[in-house]
Amino acid sequence: MAISAVRPRARAAFLNRSQWMGILFLAFGVAILLFFGRGLEPGQQAKFGLNPGWVSQAIPIPDLVLPVQPTIYILGSIALLLGGWQLARGFRSADAVLGVIAICFVVAFLTWAARGKSFNLVGMLGSSLVRATPIALAALCGVVSERSGVVNIAIEGIMLLSAQAAVIVATITKNLYLGLGAGILTGAIFAAIHAVMAIKFKVNQIVSATAINIFATGATSFISARFLEKNIDRLNNSGTFPVIPIPLLSKIPLLGPIFFENGIIVYLMLILTVVVHIVLFYTPWGLRTRAVGEHPRAADTLGINVFLVRYVNVILGGMIAGIGGAYFTIGSVGRFDEIMTAGKGFIGLAAMIFGKWNPFGAFASSLIFGFADSLQIKLQILRVPIPSEFLLMAPYLVTMIVLAGVVGRAVPPAADGEPYEKQ
Amino acid sequence: MMPALAVFTGLVIGAIVIAITDANVIAAYGNFLRAPGTALAATWRSIASAYGALFYGSLGSPKELYQAIQIYRSTGDNAPFLRAIWPITESLVASTPYIFGGLAVALGFRCGLFNIGAEGQIGIGALAAAWVGYSITGLPQFIHLPLAILAGALGGAFWAAIPGYLKAKTGAHEVVNTIMMNWISFRLSDWLLNGPMKAPGYRPITPNIEPTATLPRFFPSPIRFHAGFFLALAIAGLVYWFLFKTTLGFEIRTVGANPRAARYAGMSITRNIILAMVFSGALAGLAGASQVLGVDHWVGQGFSAGYGFDSIALALLGKSHPGGVVLASLLFGTLRSGATRMQSLAGIPIDIISIIQGLVIMFVAAPATIRWLYRIRVERIEEVVLTRGWGK
Repeated sequence: MAISAVRPRARAAFLNRSQWMGILFLAFGVAILLFFGRGLEPGQQAKFGLNPGWVSQAIPIPDLVLPVQPTIYILGSIALLLGGWQLARGFRSADAVLGVIAICFVVAFLTWAARGKSFNLVGMLGSSLVRATPIALAALCGVVSERSGVVNIAIEGIMLLSAQAAVIVATITKNLYLGLGAGILTGAIFAAIHAVMAIKFKVNQIVSATAINIFATGATSFISARFLEKNIDRLNNSGTFPVIPIPLLSKIPLLGPIFFENGIIVYLMLILTVVVHIVLFYTPWGLRTRAVGEHPRAADTLGINVFLVRYVNVILGGMIAGIGGAYFTIGSVGRFDEIMTAGKGFIGLAAMIFGKWNPFGAFASSLIFGFADSLQIKLQILRVPIPSEFLLMAPYLVTMIVLAGVVGRAVPPAADGEPYEKQ
Repeated sequence: MMPALAVFTGLVIGAIVIAITDANVIAAYGNFLRAPGTALAATWRSIASAYGALFYGSLGSPKELYQAIQIYRSTGDNAPFLRAIWPITESLVASTPYIFGGLAVALGFRCGLFNIGAEGQIGIGALAAAWVGYSITGLPQFIHLPLAILAGALGGAFWAAIPGYLKAKTGAHEVVNTIMMNWISFRLSDWLLNGPMKAPGYRPITPNIEPTATLPRFFPSPIRFHAGFFLALAIAGLVYWFLFKTTLGFEIRTVGANPRAARYAGMSITRNIILAMVFSGALAGLAGASQVLGVDHWVGQGFSAGYGFDSIALALLGKSHPGGVVLASLLFGTLRSGATRMQSLAGIPIDIISIIQGLVIMFVAAPATIRWLYRIRVERIEEVVLTRGWGK
């Protein structure tokens, strides 16, 4: 694409990227020792619960008990050693090492936060997956749509509209599955509007999506104020999908309670991630989609209907986002609140970019955001001396760091965001 | 003519939304076949009462104004006159932050940047202005007021500089980053208003600013019309001059219109992107400052209240031209102050304005829809680059 020439040229820096990484690693090591290693009482222990707090099918296993001081010293030293090695010799894959160090940092932080207390690790990982669900679905919507070359930042608004539609229909019909259907349908409709704007009218895709986002905020708040507030029981009180433990699989310790004791929307998310991966990379439709996203002209020449592929993908993406929207209401709290998506659609886009436009990558990075989200709640319960407002900023900060490409740079589909003009 | 048709169409669809969500109208259509006249009349009543309240609330009534002038002439009593001009001054008050916000987004557009973060920048600008306004005492107004205004601009500029820097240096898309900055600013202001900047008492608000930091008002108390409006007009002129009469403005526009040409001409893309974001943020910060120093005199939670998102509609409607932005701001300020009135008189939620705005953006961005709707023949229009894909 023409714009690629425009990226600011890297100046000859006094430190190269590899050296910067080394300094970053060292900084992590110092931070671990400085923030968490000071003022510890010797012999203090942190207890990590490996059985969920809820009634679970899983076979119980003993809890993990870590001595706080040695654990933090060891983790800090690992980070310092890796940093020193990076500066002296350099790792082949600095990104992977950064991942290891980030995990060291998080573990050290948790050990520090849970010192002298007990902390339910499996419970938190389980809630990470649940909290990652709307983000992962948003990211998946982005993957499906952008692989065909249409940027969709309307996911936030689409999810908001779907969330409201789902709860209203589910409350009126007293059927959660019809509510889910309504959410999916709403997602399809608004994605279709975006598709028509982007593909037929060749509107700037960011602008069209922003219009949908503003419309969604206004429309959902309008409907809330006009109808829902007065008739909460008749319109805005649906209940939520029950937790369905999967037979046998849910008995596995650790993994069982995290993955196999969830509501239907979490399972749908997991299934869709796999399905989209298979469709995208192992079917003719997926090949067409990627061809259209990378080089629509060539695809057109080969007889692929560029417009059709884009319409179908954007609308399918909208349906996936509709499931994500339904999660907010009938999947988690059973009622609609204004602006309840709180930027999750945009965080999903960051997860998509971090996941390099791959379904599994997008899922994995959604888990990071879900983890950050559930961590801040756990930390409030543990009474960590950090104001809760700052903990609430964590997912947004992580998004910005991810987008800044600290961890590897991703390349979007070549024709992403470009309207196609048939010749 | 296109923007006018877009606004008109938005208002018409807004009217339809008002009618079909009105319980009385729905009931009347229940027996449409038996009494079609009743149903149509109910529809008309619903729309007329809503939009009547909207226009009365935003512009006042000419008859009342005329009578008030008569009373003033004959008796010298100016109270009816002030009552009569109150709605229109409220519209101007609502337009003031819109002008700044619209200019902020428009300046970004001119550089090919989509600053969705005006919302957060307005909030931070307001907090900065309020902080200078209440924490410094004993300064004369001609120093204190400019200082507070400057603080607002700097606060907004700082908040926008971060995504600007990230865009220029790493290619991280400003749309997502400015939205993340919005959320961070909301959390930050929650913390500030409950902690360091909290006024004594139980409400999470800042203390009142010193009288020396307030923007002067022109009429006695209920009328809040203040000097910020004229400051906004002056800044609009300044932005026009900057964009179209200075070298830096030319560079920023060139980077927006054709980055490749700008690069070959030896302009620094990085520098211009960062500068455009900084100026854009400063304008948004001024929106927050003018609202605090001119109208509220303190900052509470949910301060920016959608001004930032509305600004996007304004910039698009004004075609990213300062003059157009001012006109669009006057229109939306009028709509907004009228909608407040409509909410209290006709019970229509104020969010109808967001619905209309979303539609207007769509129609302005896709002139083809308007052309299709009104069967207008196609004309070649110069394309304005608004924003680009994922920082490629």
